[in-house]
Amino acid sequence: MTETVRTERAGARWLTVAAWRGLFRDRPIIPLLGLLGVLMVVSELVRPGIVSTQWLGAMVRGAVPLAILAGCQTLAMITGGIDLSVGAVASMSGFVVATFVSSPGGWPVGLAVALVAAILAGLVTGIGVGVFRVHPLIMTLGMSFVVLGLANVWQLVKVQAGGGVPPELRWLGSASVAEIVPYSLLVFVPVAVLILLILRRTGYGRLLYAIGDNPIAARLSGARAWQVLITLYVLSAVLAAIAGFVLTGLTNVASVTLADSAVLPSVAAAVIGGTSIMGGRGGYGGTMVGALILTVISSLLSSLGYPEAVRQVLFGAIIVAVAAAYTRVTAEA
Amino acid sequence: MTLAATDLLLEATGVSKTYGAVVALKAASLAVRPGEVHALMGANGAGKSTLVKILTGAVRPDSGTIAVRGRPRIVHSPGEARRGGLVSVYQEPALIPDLDIRSNLRLTETPIEPFRHWLRELGVDDLDLLSTARHVPLASLRIIDLARALAIEPDVLMLDEMTAALPANLTERVLEVIGRLRGGDRSVIFISHRLIEIGAVCDRATVLREGETVGVVDVDEGSEERIVELMLGDIVKGLPGRDGRRATGGARATAAKPRLTARNLASGTKLQDVSFDLAPGEVLGVVALEGQGQDELFDVLAGSERASSGELLVDGSPVSFHHPADAIRAGLVFVAADRAEALLMQRSVRENIALPYTARIRSWGPIDLRGEGRTVDAAVATLQIDARAGREVRRLSGGNQQKVTIARWVAGGVKTLLCFDPTRGIDIRTKQQIYVLLRELAEAGAAVLLYTSDLKEIPLVCDRAIVIFGGRVVSEIDAASADETALLRAAYNLRSDALMPEDVAAEAVAGAVGAEVAGPLPDESPASGQPASER
Repeated sequence: MTETVRTERAGARWLTVAAWRGLFRDRPIIPLLGLLGVLMVVSELVRPGIVSTQWLGAMVRGAVPLAILAGCQTLAMITGGIDLSVGAVASMSGFVVATFVSSPGGWPVGLAVALVAAILAGLVTGIGVGVFRVHPLIMTLGMSFVVLGLANVWQLVKVQAGGGVPPELRWLGSASVAEIVPYSLLVFVPVAVLILLILRRTGYGRLLYAIGDNPIAARLSGARAWQVLITLYVLSAVLAAIAGFVLTGLTNVASVTLADSAVLPSVAAAVIGGTSIMGGRGGYGGTMVGALILTVISSLLSSLGYPEAVRQVLFGAIIVAVAAAYTRVTAEA
Repeated sequence: MTLAATDLLLEATGVSKTYGAVVALKAASLAVRPGEVHALMGANGAGKSTLVKILTGAVRPDSGTIAVRGRPRIVHSPGEARRGGLVSVYQEPALIPDLDIRSNLRLTETPIEPFRHWLRELGVDDLDLLSTARHVPLASLRIIDLARALAIEPDVLMLDEMTAALPANLTERVLEVIGRLRGGDRSVIFISHRLIEIGAVCDRATVLREGETVGVVDVDEGSEERIVELMLGDIVKGLPGRDGRRATGGARATAAKPRLTARNLASGTKLQDVSFDLAPGEVLGVVALEGQGQDELFDVLAGSERASSGELLVDGSPVSFHHPADAIRAGLVFVAADRAEALLMQRSVRENIALPYTARIRSWGPIDLRGEGRTVDAAVATLQIDARAGREVRRLSGGNQQKVTIARWVAGGVKTLLCFDPTRGIDIRTKQQIYVLLRELAEAGAAVLLYTSDLKEIPLVCDRAIVIFGGRVVSEIDAASADETALLRAAYNLRSDALMPEDVAAEAVAGAVGAEVAGPLPDESPASGQPASER
């Protein structure tokens, strides 16, 4: 019933709006694409010849796991929450798959086990946030420790069994068609379409925004927030597990702390992409560009040849600067 | 009388402000003389609030000049405006809820003694400055805000819908104090939708329409008509009078089986014992002073709170609501007075109106965008919502926002509409549209329960009215034959033949301020057994 492509009703309006501040607020993706372009030019200036189709492919490949994790944050932040457990869930999922490589059934069983574990983690988080009203920050941070601990226990159990990243995941995470188009898009495109459709075209997506904007109004209109929140955190955990599979394949590493360093960048990608951490506004389009921007910045810093510590300082500072600039530009006049 | 420009205390000329495509102010001007109470009038969206925000530095104008005592001044922040003698009191209390009153005063560097003085002038003697703002009733907070502003003796005091949420007795007190400020060297800019108040305290009125100053009127006998004319522009119309329709509506109502029946409802400490029948096709008014249990009654009916005892029947069968969703399923929908409570401010008009249709778990799936568009467009048309700034509801004017909260329920056909003070702080034209809409809904078979703090609305809109005092229904009135005085008496639970002496009213003021309920009225009130203070 919704096959007809909906032309954004306000689409024509922004062309006529003189105030680009309003444009930034309503269409955050435009200045973000501009920033991405600038970063590519800078990369080319720093290392002439570096920007090529291969380089673009590598950027996309690197950005895919981050973009999926940032999708978790986007969904959670729209409700006024946050999901800090995505790192632990992603790491756990990739690790579990790796431990199943030499077991009977092989990696597909591992995939199923990992997904079930992720769903259980999301369910507990969702019940904590939705039913017991624990603040999502605390609940998901706590859950990340629980998941890490359990993954460590699993590591001890499976220590003799041996394992390794299955070649299928390596192919998915790091191979590309003609060295350019990464296969991980096979996972990412459906995930991205799903998230975009949920947010724009479904009643559930509307409720995510409604609860983030004004939980009282949502309740008075008959919405039961706990149902929405439990579903949200389960969905987020499943997405995190998928990101974990891709990341494991990309890095060829199975470790219980693999994705930990991606948690804050995932929040940053969503914030840079225009999703309000206070809830009620934002979307996945900006988030995807945000993830790409962070990946390019990270690659740019690597190509400058600074030591790791300097790169970390710069990376953190740039995230803060972009987020601050963005907030100023899009703030209400 | 002509005054040289320098004789004006405050002068704003050519002020404009646009928000994106929305023009809030086109060419507003305002000239305030020392010692006058100056009304700022205009329909919702005319730009009153924007102008006040510009004068107090909360919003920067795109163009225009502001001069105080003849000297041009650019105000960058509310703090700077305060130091420059421009202070405003807004419709919503500006106190930090988790601090006690004294700390709140310290935050704004308000001198305590003058504050106490003004508090006494406003008829509040017993306020405990150590009580947390969150626990002080709304009406008292308004008074505290006002006393705080008066205490720093501003050159120009701006009152934006200050009286909108006040019960009648406190409003009178506030008007009296404002009236006494006249003739000094300070001025008051007074914004209110109640023409009676304008007539009572104001010297002159500046009228805004669609962002432009369209006239300045000396307030005297008969100037009300002129003000309304200016405010409305071409579409001058009287309020809908009592007409033939009403009688038929009422008659049908009494004949029909009740849609909603409340039997001895009680909840918490405020709602003691309320019973009534509400029939389809009828608008039933609820008359009550502030804090008589009407809030709790509507919370129970809307499913937000559970009744501690009593019985609720919908179409004759008993119901029990655990969540607003249960009430909605039973056809009881609630329009809250507080728009901040009812709206998704950052979302579009469309999403706000469609919200109830996506709330239930079975409608979580894909949205039928075309069908939804049709429903929403129809609701927008029915309520004549100006949705030009519809991308974000917070950019709409207050009246349009209120219409959105009603449109949400009207869009899908309404069986039982619970309206809690739906016209608070909105302009005459929107009010009128809402009255007409409520009547039309009733004609179409809906049952409407309407609480309003503006007693004039009862005879205009309602068929019958119940009076709630001290959490109990104390009488039922035929709305068509009731005037404001009779309703006010009823609200005070006074017998119609008894006098309403000044001192009794004053005591009620003190009681209402101290305890959120009107205090016991000596000799008059059988319900005066309730505690005078709840804390």
